[in-house]
Amino acid sequence: MNTVLSRRGLLALGGGLAVAFSLRAEEPARPGSLKGTPSLDAWIRVAPDGRVTVFTGKAELGQGIKTALLQVAAEQLDVPVAHIDLVTADTMRTPNEGFTAGSHSMQDSGTAILNAAAQVRGVLVAAAARDLGVAAETLTTVDGTVHAADGRSAGYGPLAATLNLHIDAEPTSTLKDPSAYRSMGTPMPRVDIPAKLTGGQAYVQDMRLPGMLHARAIRQPSVGAMLLDIDTGPIEAMPGVVTVVRQGSYLAVVARKEWQAVKAMRALEAAAQWRETASLPDQATVLDLLAGLPSRVIPVLDWKGRAGAPMKRLKARYTRPYLMHGAIGPSCAVAQLTDGTMTVWTHTQGVYPLRSALAGLLRMPVDRVHCIHVEGSGCYGHNAADDVAGDAVLIARAVPGHPIRVQWMREQEHTNEPYGAAMIAEVEGAIDAAGNIVDWNYGVWSNTHNRRPNVGGLMLQNAALPDPLPVPPPAPIPMPEGGGERNSNPIYAFPNAKVVSHFIPEMPVRVSALRSLGAYLNVFAIESFMDELAEAANADPVDFRLRHLKDERAKAVVSLAADKFGWGAGKRGEGRGFGFARYKNLGAYCAIALALRVEHETGRIRLGRVVAAVDSGQVVNPDGIRNQIEGAIVQAASWTMYETVRFDRQRILSRDWSGYPILRFPAAPESISVHIVPRPGQPFLGTGEAGQGPMAAAIANAVRDAAGVRLRDVPLSAVRVKAAVGV
Amino acid sequence: MIRLTVNGQQHEVDAEADTPLLYVLRDDLGLNGAKFGCGLGQCGACTVLVDGQPVFSCLTPVSVLAERQVRTIEGLGGNAVQRAFEDVQAAQCGYCIAGMVMRATALLEHNPHPHEDEIRAYMSGNLCRCGTHMRILEAVRQAAGQGVKP
Amino acid sequence: MKLSRALGASVFAAILMTGGCDTVWHPSIPPVAGPAEFPTGQIARGAELAAIGDCSVCHTTEGSRPYASGRGVQTPFGVVYATNITPDPETGIGTWPESAFRRAMREGVDRDGRNLYPVFPYPHFTRATDRDIAALYAFLMTRPAVHADTPPNRLPFPLNQRFVLTGWDHLYLRPGAWQPDPAHDADWNRGAYLVEAVGHCGGCHTPRNVLGAETDGQALAGGEAENWYAPPLQAASPARQGWSVDSLTAYLRTGFDAGHGAAAGPMTAVTAELATVPAADVRAMAVYLTSMMPKPAPAPVVAHAGEDPVFAGACGGCHGPDAPMMRNGAPSLAMSTAVNAPTPRGTIQAILQGLPWREGQAAPYMPPFASVLTDAQIAELAAYLRSAYSDKPAWRDLPAEVARVRGAS
Repeated sequence: MNTVLSRRGLLALGGGLAVAFSLRAEEPARPGSLKGTPSLDAWIRVAPDGRVTVFTGKAELGQGIKTALLQVAAEQLDVPVAHIDLVTADTMRTPNEGFTAGSHSMQDSGTAILNAAAQVRGVLVAAAARDLGVAAETLTTVDGTVHAADGRSAGYGPLAATLNLHIDAEPTSTLKDPSAYRSMGTPMPRVDIPAKLTGGQAYVQDMRLPGMLHARAIRQPSVGAMLLDIDTGPIEAMPGVVTVVRQGSYLAVVARKEWQAVKAMRALEAAAQWRETASLPDQATVLDLLAGLPSRVIPVLDWKGRAGAPMKRLKARYTRPYLMHGAIGPSCAVAQLTDGTMTVWTHTQGVYPLRSALAGLLRMPVDRVHCIHVEGSGCYGHNAADDVAGDAVLIARAVPGHPIRVQWMREQEHTNEPYGAAMIAEVEGAIDAAGNIVDWNYGVWSNTHNRRPNVGGLMLQNAALPDPLPVPPPAPIPMPEGGGERNSNPIYAFPNAKVVSHFIPEMPVRVSALRSLGAYLNVFAIESFMDELAEAANADPVDFRLRHLKDERAKAVVSLAADKFGWGAGKRGEGRGFGFARYKNLGAYCAIALALRVEHETGRIRLGRVVAAVDSGQVVNPDGIRNQIEGAIVQAASWTMYETVRFDRQRILSRDWSGYPILRFPAAPESISVHIVPRPGQPFLGTGEAGQGPMAAAIANAVRDAAGVRLRDVPLSAVRVKAAVGV
Repeated sequence: MIRLTVNGQQHEVDAEADTPLLYVLRDDLGLNGAKFGCGLGQCGACTVLVDGQPVFSCLTPVSVLAERQVRTIEGLGGNAVQRAFEDVQAAQCGYCIAGMVMRATALLEHNPHPHEDEIRAYMSGNLCRCGTHMRILEAVRQAAGQGVKP
Repeated sequence: MKLSRALGASVFAAILMTGGCDTVWHPSIPPVAGPAEFPTGQIARGAELAAIGDCSVCHTTEGSRPYASGRGVQTPFGVVYATNITPDPETGIGTWPESAFRRAMREGVDRDGRNLYPVFPYPHFTRATDRDIAALYAFLMTRPAVHADTPPNRLPFPLNQRFVLTGWDHLYLRPGAWQPDPAHDADWNRGAYLVEAVGHCGGCHTPRNVLGAETDGQALAGGEAENWYAPPLQAASPARQGWSVDSLTAYLRTGFDAGHGAAAGPMTAVTAELATVPAADVRAMAVYLTSMMPKPAPAPVVAHAGEDPVFAGACGGCHGPDAPMMRNGAPSLAMSTAVNAPTPRGTIQAILQGLPWREGQAAPYMPPFASVLTDAQIAELAAYLRSAYSDKPAWRDLPAEVARVRGAS
């Protein structure tokens, strides 16, 4: 594996080492995930019959990545999509692309496949040129065949049979002219949808392997609970029960049929005696508790420049509670131990890291664990997908040979998934006499946003086992991606700005990655505060944003959303709100304008028209982009209007959808329209997490416009809105 | 042995009387459409039709179904609702979608031209977490124009 | 059914016309042009009174704008639609002066002088103070005006002739201000006023006579609302565990109490409204109500007898002894007032309809089983619940009762 140190890494090293490596760093890096996996045949193989197999280390999470990657490969290879098989994340077959997270799939894998496909096509054309004795430039490719001007042709299959594609990719590729694209940029129906609409096998939950047994794990009722005593005899005698697995405080049951496993699990839960401690914080004061915990200060940026004298200064604090991923389908995995190898079918976002974690949990060599991604219910980050695989392997080890299917129950998913972290942001800003922002001071406080398991100590089961592995301390995700500080760096051009992140290692509640990480709160805070400053400057919120933006693509997105919404024709007080961000300031740009109504009597927010504009760079599947943005808008509406994980000092109280209500159809917006800025030939920009922050801010800004109240604490629940608006 | 009729076919299954229909469909009949979501009748991922009415199969004991007709997405045969969902690409992860299709089918079989509020109210028993709501509503509206017959 | 309803209507009308021979003609009150201005404090007090009076329970339909109404209230005589009480001048009460509003509250007559049906609880509101009526008026007149027509009532002739109501008023409307009882303290009297005048709890919890009026001498002795059982709120309360002031206050404000369970049917909406009312007011209501109820005592434990496959498969996931909900503080069905009530109606309704979602609120919910279970299966399930969770005698005529409740709902 080639490791190319980044410039950032070199700067950190300093001294003589940096000199020694500097020449290496001058070489252009390979694009996307070709950096880590440069061999062309790791990505693309062409069979003698011309059928193409494309490999990706990324996983389909319902974001449509399979379809988009097929479109990319088809485009650059000049092969019909129907002639391509796509293999997704599998530790024995595909490149290691880490996690399918951070809206990186198109940037990493899409870019790798784009370039690998173009280069494979180049290799095939070169071979044809040699065979046909003509110049490569005179050849054209159509549907898996190379054509010469004189009518002769050569199929990809026979050509590939003579070639070695086990060669490293070049740093640069000859890509097609975007104006000639036929597949990329055109809406394509998702390849995974037909099975989902007809009852086909579509999910790991649907797997049925020969000899498969059903298992359920019994979760500790609270963090650190110790299993005191249990008589498993009566449960082992229940119909269909194969065995009860017990290791320390870890308890599970295996049965022939799923309902038998559920009943046995309930009986085990009733029989188990636990010693519990009150280890959770007081929910009412948890944000203050977090703010008071020891934290590590991470400077994000410090801009100093000349600016006008500050005339008005504002200060505000914004917060979000713990939020739940809340997959509709509880997490599921299937595992089977055969011949000393543990095979795991899982909907994890990272098959390779999970493999290491499971190997650690099992005390098995990594190469004896094989993780294969199979789709599950949407996860929206690090939910219970990995942990249920931990159950599957622990139980499968106890029942060798049999595939073991484990699915969590609803209350297990609700109370044991790692939540999105509660957070606080404080911002102070000043405007000058002309109404321009001259000073900006921003601080954010957060736990980690990444406890994804790559070692056994990070698996949920670890604490219940008799000999737990060491648990690594939580670590921040460095900028420019950032964890809690993601998107804390404003995209606006302020002359003076200081941004500091306070990383809090101690986690009163278990947390990890939830879609968009810290960007949800940071964008909510920044974009709310931009409106507060605009109001202080007596400026229109859209104009105010535009005059503080230098990035032309950002301006284009803001303007497009405003135009399509008809912002200019609106009036203050109509319940209009605007929000904008570029995800991580590296990914897609997304602006949202919306209208809503505040019901004074109930405090309920009624969402009207929502208009979004997005710039995702080169578009592959425009309908996929629209679907992702629509989803972000509705999901963020639910987070922003309703959601809070509830707990007492001992247990999580949000045990099902009645205790953690989310948005239902009657409360969905009246309409959503998504407008895409075409950027042919530009790099792909991840889109899956671009809309959440802007939507939250647009809601809060519209509530301010509609009802005259500024709400800075998510959720903007009916009770809070009602308390703020009075009568 | 328990008798039941699923998608027009009679079955005799060896299941305990309290087994919810969901588990019989998945475990005994090998059908994938109905999904386990909550086991509490809160999310609708398990929705199937019993005598034309949407029910949560996770809370429907199989023993109450002897004389009744169960329909699942496997038995719809590509109806107008399924076609509309495909046409507007009304899915992200798709885990809720079979349940959505079943509930929408029941709605349109009884009320071929529902108002927007009626669609939203009727569909409110089913949850989607990906935020595909607007497409699902669009699919139901589109299917309503095409006629959905039992 | 139809015949008996028509017959009942004729008898009703005959009685009313006899009683109404001294028919009073109510004058129309001239319209005013809104909107008027009101002090914020008065509007805020009006909001609380509107919540205590549960105005929105009838005057707001699911999904509609608050107080724009259109909700059809099922009565034994037919469907009466609650009107639009937003200040829309054409379809609401935008042209009503306060005097017209006060007359409606006190006498059940609209601005035009037409009688209102006593589904609108003016026999209770008539006791409300001028100050409270004025506050309610201020609150309603400052709501957003919504243009929404009220559907025509569905009542048989001659009940669709409003003049017959004059006779009804003659028989049953007892005008007069609320009189405090000096034998009780201020809290009790406050509660009594809120329960009897504004809250009109008797509207559901008092049995009604053949003419739909609350039965004399039977105040809060148990009634029904939209075919849901409304238990007695006095000595005859069937609550398994007696209500204390604390537990009843908690229940009224949250729709749930760990010793009794969740509010169901129309009561769910009532508790949602009371959640927004000052705790002291709700507590005063609880002080008054519990003063009439048996003293709380530990509930006898009812042995859970035997298993039932329908219960296990349909109900056990939440109500079964091993269910997560039960392990986390929900009361056993043995504590349910509906299961211990003399009539199975509450149990049947809960099975048929469940408990609805409350948008965005962590609150009890139960799915409906109307499409899952046949009448016979519901009857069997109800019988099982009664035998397994109550020591009261078995309900009689269950299958017929299930059919009746399902048919009427």
